[in-house]
Amino acid sequence: MNGVTRWLTRLGASVTGGIARLGFATRFFIAIVRLSGATFARPQLLLREIYQAGVLSLIIILMSGLFIGMVLALQGYETLVRFGATESMGMLVALSLVRELGPVVAALLFASRAGSAMTAEIGLMKTTEQLAAMEVMAVDPIARVVAPRFWGGVISLPLLAALFSTLGIYGGYLVGVRLIGIDAGAYWGQMSAAVDWKYDILNGVIKSVVFAVAVSLIAVFEGYDATPTAEGVSAATTRTVVTSALAILALDFVLTVIMFRGGAG
Amino acid sequence: MNRKIIDLWVGIFVAIGLAALMFLALKVGNLLTFNEDRRGYELEAHFENIGALKPRAQVKSAGVVVGRVESVRLDKTTYEAVARLHVFPEYQFSRDTIATVYTSGLLGDQFIGLEPGGDPVMLKDEDRIKKTQSAIQIEKLISQFMFNKAQETPAPAAAPATGVKP
Repeated sequence: MNGVTRWLTRLGASVTGGIARLGFATRFFIAIVRLSGATFARPQLLLREIYQAGVLSLIIILMSGLFIGMVLALQGYETLVRFGATESMGMLVALSLVRELGPVVAALLFASRAGSAMTAEIGLMKTTEQLAAMEVMAVDPIARVVAPRFWGGVISLPLLAALFSTLGIYGGYLVGVRLIGIDAGAYWGQMSAAVDWKYDILNGVIKSVVFAVAVSLIAVFEGYDATPTAEGVSAATTRTVVTSALAILALDFVLTVIMFRGGAG
Repeated sequence: MNRKIIDLWVGIFVAIGLAALMFLALKVGNLLTFNEDRRGYELEAHFENIGALKPRAQVKSAGVVVGRVESVRLDKTTYEAVARLHVFPEYQFSRDTIATVYTSGLLGDQFIGLEPGGDPVMLKDEDRIKKTQSAIQIEKLISQFMFNKAQETPAPAAAPATGVKP
């Protein structure tokens, strides 16, 4: 009986703990949005964060995009050639990149490259009591440290996702047209005939904006909420990557159902 | 890191990011033809059967894209399929135009073909195309073909019929 009670107590504690954390995260998000006026009033802080999150992620995003586009073209060719439909390669590569792979893979890479760095930075600031020192000096750490990083991530990721898709389409062109020898006119023509800028591209951009908000919020929240020890910071960094990846994939499913259910229309 | 260099890099990053978005919208997504799409006029065509025609399918005349299919619905009283066609403004079609549902290739996408007639009066916005031809259903063709074959050669020993299984 005692064991059952203890088990129930532990279950209740984990549920209330989870709800409290969710509530804290929501209040934290509201605080970031409320205090972000200060961020945009001092663009230098924001520029530094865009540099950290966006420019330094460029290499990995561009290289991954190029290679994913090339692999898509090779694998797509293997399948399309059976149906004698290799001209549709451009459509295949562009639609898979713009709708799914661009936003999702760019967000996953961004979470592991920039999100983890944000968490570690903020977590370490908390551990070394820099955040507490700011509060003592009447500087709100959310306005000075958290909000610029959040907005830096939100601005950078959609641009990175667009670059990812563009490089992927170019990679598909390199392999499909230059290596395999599909007609270049068919590659670009089928692509622009099949891709609708509103239905496909705008929805892809909306996806990457949603992912950007989710990943940036998770990254700054985990850093701010980290246990102020060396172990705590490392655990928070791990949690950022894991939670971001799960959030991206779950959100992707929900968004895809809303945007693309039931074929065209 | 020097402030100027950070500014420069962020500028480069944002510029190429926006350029990538422009490339996707213009070159890949054909934003320009989409804008053109909004002008033009709407026609309606009733078909007995439209096969697998979908919204956003092409409307072609002599192989040239002249519009898109806006929507497809079922008429509640006649049980015919009603396709709403959006035709680009530069193309006018005569009142006795024939609309046919075609398939590009054997298994490709379906589209609507318009063959203009000789009537001097042109179709206007919200007009209905009166002469239509339904989609060719491959299943029906095959069953018809097999039915004919079976009637032609009642004796199963006939050599040309070996490829066809009942």
